[in-house]
Amino acid sequence: MIDFRGQTLSWQIVNGTIELSLHHEACNEIGSRTLEELEKFAAALPPLTNGAHALIIHSTLKAGFSAGADLRELFQRSQGMDKAAALRGVRSFLERIHAVMNALDALPLTTIAAVHGVTFGGGFELALVCDIIIADRMARFCFPELRLGLIPGFGGIPRLKRDLGNAVVRDLLLTGRSFNVMKAQQIGLVSQIAAEGEALRIARATASQIGKFDKRTAAAAKKFVKPIPYEELKREIEIFCDLYSRPAVEEGLRKFVENEGAQPYLP
Amino acid sequence: MAAPTIDHTLDEILNLAASHFNVPREKLTPDADFFKTLGIDSLQVLDLLTRLEQHFRIELPDYELQGVSDFRTLANRIQARL
Repeated sequence: MIDFRGQTLSWQIVNGTIELSLHHEACNEIGSRTLEELEKFAAALPPLTNGAHALIIHSTLKAGFSAGADLRELFQRSQGMDKAAALRGVRSFLERIHAVMNALDALPLTTIAAVHGVTFGGGFELALVCDIIIADRMARFCFPELRLGLIPGFGGIPRLKRDLGNAVVRDLLLTGRSFNVMKAQQIGLVSQIAAEGEALRIARATASQIGKFDKRTAAAAKKFVKPIPYEELKREIEIFCDLYSRPAVEEGLRKFVENEGAQPYLP
Repeated sequence: MAAPTIDHTLDEILNLAASHFNVPREKLTPDADFFKTLGIDSLQVLDLLTRLEQHFRIELPDYELQGVSDFRTLANRIQARL
């Protein structure tokens, strides 16, 4: 499928670059519908890859790149079913999204995340599969999972460990704090900072530059410098599932979902 | 260089908030609830936080804003990092 327009995302090829656009209100929360469409995208990649030299992932929504996993769906799906069935559902979801993330991570094209606004949790993890992150100056990153009794589950920790120093990873993970684009560039996460609203344009200019290179050479270079931490990724699923079964997580998710205050429930 | 006074910090926050969210400056008072007076939600508060960090050249972890909804307390949190 050369182009596709779904409920949560769309893709097309523009000037030799695959552009994957996220457009699921409110802020591209990643639930089962988004996962299905990401799987559709992953399945379409082999033919798409033949006709392209780069991939850009971006959001068309003002609020940001992605607020991460759909916690409301995660909570609601677990209601009315026994614990074992809920856990099987979570594990299945994680295994499926890991398959998509791993496919994107290993894609033999140069991949760019053009991010702005909220880039949290699973959205941050989606950006982390890309080779290069170009961020609007108003982008904000966060792994809030520990604040709800969980760890990031879409491959975030192994990829952060791959890309950043361990002290930085501990800070981001163990405090659960959000941080701005200046900090993100300072720690080596963000490649280029764009003015407000300019991240996609700069990502396209970067993709255009990449298009001047021999495609096979670029793919070989990428494979050489970017190992995929498969064993740690599998381990992450196990740790997440182990933590998910505890009552404290359900309680945290309940408070988050039922909170009607101006600020989200995050301890 | 000496840190600015808390009054100066508060004034800069109110000016920035009024300008960015298109609210008349005179409607913003130190003890006003910024969610209500600016008409913003939790995502827009992150936007405000990022602008304040850039303006004051500081890092302010979002957990320091948990439960904070008035400009004066916000100014105190920022002042502690100047």
